[in-house]
Amino acid sequence: MTEKLMPIKEAVASFVSDGDGVVLGAALENAIPFAATHELIRQGFRNLNAIAPISDISTDMLIGAGCVAEVTGAWVGNVSGGLGHNYRRAAETGLPNPIKINDYSNFSIGMAFFAGAYGLPYVPLKSILGSDIIKSNPKIILSENPFSETKEPVALVPALKPDVAFLVVQRADRFGNSHIWGSTGLTQEASIAAEKIIVLADEIVEPEVIASDPSRVLIPGFGVNAVCHVPAASHPAPLIGRWKRDNEFLHQYHKETREPADFNRWCDEWVRDLPDHDAYRTKLGGQLEDLRIRGEALSAPANYAAE
Amino acid sequence: MIIAAAREIKDSERIFVGMRLPITAYGVARLTHAPNAVGLFESGVARYEPADGMLYTMCDGPNQLDAAWTTGLIQVMGLLSGGRVHAGFIGGAEIDRFGNINTSYIGDTDNPTVKLPGSGGAPDIAAMAGRLIAIMNHQKRRLVERVSYITSPGFIDGGDSRKKAGLEGGGPAAVITDRAILRPHGPENALHLSSIHPGHTLEEIKENTGWDLRSAPDLSETPAPSKVEMDALHQIDKDGFWR
Repeated sequence: MTEKLMPIKEAVASFVSDGDGVVLGAALENAIPFAATHELIRQGFRNLNAIAPISDISTDMLIGAGCVAEVTGAWVGNVSGGLGHNYRRAAETGLPNPIKINDYSNFSIGMAFFAGAYGLPYVPLKSILGSDIIKSNPKIILSENPFSETKEPVALVPALKPDVAFLVVQRADRFGNSHIWGSTGLTQEASIAAEKIIVLADEIVEPEVIASDPSRVLIPGFGVNAVCHVPAASHPAPLIGRWKRDNEFLHQYHKETREPADFNRWCDEWVRDLPDHDAYRTKLGGQLEDLRIRGEALSAPANYAAE
Repeated sequence: MIIAAAREIKDSERIFVGMRLPITAYGVARLTHAPNAVGLFESGVARYEPADGMLYTMCDGPNQLDAAWTTGLIQVMGLLSGGRVHAGFIGGAEIDRFGNINTSYIGDTDNPTVKLPGSGGAPDIAAMAGRLIAIMNHQKRRLVERVSYITSPGFIDGGDSRKKAGLEGGGPAAVITDRAILRPHGPENALHLSSIHPGHTLEEIKENTGWDLRSAPDLSETPAPSKVEMDALHQIDKDGFWR
């Protein structure tokens, strides 16, 4: 097996290109890879397609920093604060640059990842029938079920195959084998659909730890391109059993990013002027320590003995 | 409003819960008339008991601790798509006479006046749940004649247009507001005033609705919350956040 540990700065520089479709947040409101979002902004990527069912303020931040040409997802905003100011500005006034919006619902983007992951050209769905998503997303086609004797509408949703997926996991080994627990949203489908996978691990453990419980492996190392040790990579989003949600930080973002100049000030302070995620954690200081989960609610061990 | 929403949940049903008011309504229902209801969350969570502790999102730790199932989105939303979910709650910026809900664009999609955050899983819930229960504040700018964009379909253009669009069942069963309950009525499936909450008047409700709201023949007053319901609400919403 190949060791794949590298600093996040190097992983972002090595595996992302301008114009790529990048999954930043596949689990919905937890395990959002904010450390990767920040690094993409610092390295000044352009024309990205920000892909995520829901990614809280990650997409809004990337749009404000001028990194995004296209948004593919079901919900973009600030879960605590409501609307995302940068997303609104870009959609309503084309600032800092116009963006193309590819509308999906959560289930339809999930099934588009599923098709991308398992080699299906498209999936026929019923759950977006009657929605104007079919009209506003030109990639989705209204058709009919060829197996039905009566006229039965179905929506055809093409496979979605991102270039890179960033995923936050609780623990991984140096080969990229990763354990995730709690709800996972579309983590599995999005990662298998993606051309490249970059794992941001809260903790790096010995391979024996991961191997002791293969049912908890959502991402096996053989498909992973890089594994980066980034504690609290999802801040301000939570990571189950490790970090609580920083609701105050999200409200503050909402208050402090109303106008472009305000956003730029915020982005300088929290992203551009900091060299890396270590500095970000240091800046958060006690605020981050207060979010660390200290309690224990351990699962019962599972016996994998063969004889 | 929360008590009225809780009453829409029947015992032993599988419910797509959503955040904020609906999660409190689910908790009240479990403690009163629906002790065997199951709550589903699209991020990949199923729960029997409502979470203990304040939730900002369905992905927060308290909603995962002691869950019945933590899994992926496709597993839980697949239950919905497979017709195995009895009812779902959603909110929205705008709802119209036929129960269509907009959370996407105000104005033109290419050049919107307001870009709203978008759909999340609401279209899937509106299309595939056995019943849709919408919750929103009763204001003229929210209850409109026609939404500018259908994020989540109700009865679309009324009559059998939902069926023609390919959706066999489901559709809005109730729209619960802070003033009243609206339900579809008649062959057109337009929302009618079904029940007025105590302390509100027909005139006031009509004034705050963006279309010519008609009353259902069996228009009644919403029964006031019972002591049992209020006790349950206090137990669920300890800090009084939603009262």
